[in-house]
Amino acid sequence: MADQEQRPTRDRLTVLDRAVQHVLGKGVDRTDGPAKVTGEARYAFEVPADDALYGCLVTATIGAGRVEAMDCKAAEAVPGVVAVITDDPRLPADMVTSMQAPDAWRLGHDIHFFGQALGVVVAESWEAAREGAARVAVRYAVGEGRFDPDLAAPDEEVPATAFVPPIHKDDFDDAWLNAEFQYDETFSTPIHFPAAMEPHATLAVWDGDALTVHSSLQSMAGSAKAIASALDIDVERVRTLSPFVGGGFGGKTSVGSEAIYAAIAARETGRPVKVIQSRRQIAYGVHHRPATRQRVRIATDRNGRIVALGHNNATVQRDGRNFVEPVHFGTIHLYGGAARSLTTSLSRANHPTSGAVRSPGEASGTMALEVAMDEAAERLGLDPIEFRRRNEPQVSPTNGKPFGTRKLLQCYDEGASAFGWNRRNPNPGQQREGDWLIGMGMAAAVRGNFTVEARATVRLETDGSATVETDMTDIGTGTYTILMQIVAEALGLPAEQVKVVIGDSDLPASAGSGGSFGAGSSTSAAALACEQIAQTIAAKMGAARENLTLQDGHAIAENRRVPLTEILGGEAVEAEGHAKAGDHTSAHVSSSYGAHFAEVAVNAVTGEVRVRRMLGVFDVGRVLNRKTARSQLLGGMVWGIGSMLHEDAIIDKRTGQFVNPDFGEYHVAAHADAPPIEVRFIEEIDDLANEAGAKGVGELGNSGAGAAVANAIYNATGVRVRDFPVTLDKLLAGLPPV
Amino acid sequence: MKTFDYARADSPEAATREGGEKVRFIAGGTNLLDLMKLQVETPEKLIDITRLDLNEVEDTDEGGLRIGALVPNADLAAHPRVVKDYEVLSRALLAGASGQLRNKASTGGNLLQRTRCYYFYDTAVACNKREPGSGCPARDGFNRIHAVLGTSDKCIATHPGDMPVAMRALDAVIVTLKPDGDKRRISIHDFYRLPGDTPEIETVLESGELITHVELPAPPKGKQTYRKVRDRASYAFALVSVAAIVAVEDGKITNAQLGFGGLGPMPWRDATAEEMLVGKAPGKAAFEAAADALLADAQGFGSNDFKIPLARRTLIAVLRELTGVTA
Repeated sequence: MADQEQRPTRDRLTVLDRAVQHVLGKGVDRTDGPAKVTGEARYAFEVPADDALYGCLVTATIGAGRVEAMDCKAAEAVPGVVAVITDDPRLPADMVTSMQAPDAWRLGHDIHFFGQALGVVVAESWEAAREGAARVAVRYAVGEGRFDPDLAAPDEEVPATAFVPPIHKDDFDDAWLNAEFQYDETFSTPIHFPAAMEPHATLAVWDGDALTVHSSLQSMAGSAKAIASALDIDVERVRTLSPFVGGGFGGKTSVGSEAIYAAIAARETGRPVKVIQSRRQIAYGVHHRPATRQRVRIATDRNGRIVALGHNNATVQRDGRNFVEPVHFGTIHLYGGAARSLTTSLSRANHPTSGAVRSPGEASGTMALEVAMDEAAERLGLDPIEFRRRNEPQVSPTNGKPFGTRKLLQCYDEGASAFGWNRRNPNPGQQREGDWLIGMGMAAAVRGNFTVEARATVRLETDGSATVETDMTDIGTGTYTILMQIVAEALGLPAEQVKVVIGDSDLPASAGSGGSFGAGSSTSAAALACEQIAQTIAAKMGAARENLTLQDGHAIAENRRVPLTEILGGEAVEAEGHAKAGDHTSAHVSSSYGAHFAEVAVNAVTGEVRVRRMLGVFDVGRVLNRKTARSQLLGGMVWGIGSMLHEDAIIDKRTGQFVNPDFGEYHVAAHADAPPIEVRFIEEIDDLANEAGAKGVGELGNSGAGAAVANAIYNATGVRVRDFPVTLDKLLAGLPPV
Repeated sequence: MKTFDYARADSPEAATREGGEKVRFIAGGTNLLDLMKLQVETPEKLIDITRLDLNEVEDTDEGGLRIGALVPNADLAAHPRVVKDYEVLSRALLAGASGQLRNKASTGGNLLQRTRCYYFYDTAVACNKREPGSGCPARDGFNRIHAVLGTSDKCIATHPGDMPVAMRALDAVIVTLKPDGDKRRISIHDFYRLPGDTPEIETVLESGELITHVELPAPPKGKQTYRKVRDRASYAFALVSVAAIVAVEDGKITNAQLGFGGLGPMPWRDATAEEMLVGKAPGKAAFEAAADALLADAQGFGSNDFKIPLARRTLIAVLRELTGVTA
């Protein structure tokens, strides 16, 4: 186990270390809940705008080639249609982002993928716009498309400068060839849609040269930058607003093309314009998690200690886009083994853009790695937990750096004990109840933890209440609530005395929600602001900071207990906190961890899989709110179930179209697929992670969860599937005869 | 969405008189509205029949049930006589869709639910059912949910329903009213059409003909069940479903009525498979013979090949369950 003594520690106390309000960490109900369930919370498309027009995108119905001509006459003749816009050179084919130059999405008349956006029809009603869009007649020159890339022979190696570069350490081939035990299997994972409930939708309003974009976005400042870049205008002229977001799952880290169409159409018509993407359009217009092929090689000595670890992957991206699914990301620091070869290569295809979807890297990477660990353990005759225990590294096996808090072994132990792991029969296919085969499986969870640059302003008002402002978003995660809690904790206020204002790019910039960095980074910025305010209060009291305690709206120091209102004396105190990227992460490796346990029943006749119960035990540093943290982890585990059992976005190999781009046939887990799920925490404040001591939560839950289900299916049936998802047709041949 | 006219009918007769090739009756709208939004269905006129007096479930003189075409799926599933005497129907209804949809979906409309074929839903590509003569991309494409029985060169789509599968096993009769005032009683066995060269024509209903009732004969002999196999635990169409009514007396099977979903272009029934059971002792030999008969002509198209062994296994398991014979 990691030697905690070796772990570098912080040499100062934070505002939270000194706080005594005891509201942080509590399972406070989310403050935005009542507004959401009463409909008072308005999502982008619901924002009222006088005289608004509605736009519907025109999209390509071939997968490769060129647009030769677009005949808009029939569309223009539809009653209510105001404009048909197809020739502005800025029109994007799909999402826009500040991470790439506009030529990534400005494809002109070249068709790179089926469903690519080509124009917009703007009308007095949504129905007329939709009808108009259907009547735009596009003449194509159909090209030769590459719809079925061969991931066994990828096109491009990912450069060493990539966000997650290839890792070669020691002589992998030599260690592999000379090892006592070798495991070598290949897995495939399918395309996953981010599938947020709130579709991508925008209301664009111009006031002179100033553009306001009400949209469904995960980040405010970054989105404003992307929109400005897409429109060739100055970023100062763009304001983005997303006070409520109905789920993101990575699909709203970039800006939906509809925002750009809405802005261009609003400019051209001189009226506010609302554009919404339909569910089927979202499948193409919004980036997805790409398919992968993963070869996992595990070589060990005779005692089951890994000597060589290979995770060599291939994934898919369309031409012109630079994101590469970092499939081996989760593998980098998880298990020991000196020699390693961790790579992800790329195949180009005429597919819609792939991008970062919740738990990029780990979501698909752990589906293979954690099943491989289960298989290798069985072949070695070891319990899967014991195998992992023997390969728990002391320091990062890749770069030798010390870990921050790492409670992975405790997650295994507590999980095994609470779940009844000792009742698992190590021999598969042995436990039967009627027509159902029963099995248990487990897997590790890992997610890299990042703190990114974030700013927040906190103002202690003259009435003793506080307001915190930052351009963070709450994408259903609980941001409103944890920002309230952190400020209440730090300034010693009752929680209801703190007002949270977010979702507006005019506010101090954060990095938004994504990469599980939102909570840790934005609360750190708020905590830093509170520390400055505490120092001001201490000065006003003539006390040393270390002698000041803030509690229940009072400042306590030097044997005095004074109401904050009195100290402020009619003068508000404001401070901006600035959490810096990489403050603490360069010297050590920071990750969140966990262990998933699943029990499944597999129908011996049909192969239907029913997850009976799950348990996840997680190490996420400080838990900011037990209820919202649990909800995120639980939701991630449900996605783990769905991704292992159902989710599979299929591209027709002949045309490049999605076969199942709707919720009718792209199956996410239904309520009936989600069993009782328990979430536990091994809580230890990670004082190196960031000012808040919190590590990422949002993406950890679905890292490894699917693998636990797959391993349980194997334990139940003795059938090992490596081509995911594990649908019943893949189990049938291995089931007992009827 | 294409613009359309809308009128509310105040009597079945008036509804039929307004009917026509480009007219659709609308009740729950749970399938029709989705298809209209996608422009898969582009009616010029909708006749709203929801105010018609077709909401009753009544006993018939023969001891059966007469179900109004507007009875919602949820109400029918919970009707005391359905629960007591037609368990297979109640179970089939509850296996379909979601609670919200079952509250809206009507008995008549559910009989006419259209296929979930991926290509039928995508107006960007060919489909012989949607655009006759344009071609069938499913045959050589991705066809995991498609039919293995009763297909044609033109179409391999499945009927997606659950309720109609149970009704087929129950020998239901569909009662209609035509624009000329004639009433028809159509056996469910004659109601649906195989795709052949005209997959766009799915039933024998004529222009303007309105389903007013579904009649069930007196409760059949034997135990009943509906077994639906699907990709997730709820809210998914059947890969294979079996509606089964089986009676055993004195060690012999005396009644076998079997309906199948997910296998064919219509709710499926196979007299030969039932003949393999009736008069036989329940057991492995008879069950396998029935499955062999059912699937003798089954043809997979690649991604749906698994449906053939799945149907076989599911049928045998259902027969074992209803007869209590496992050997």
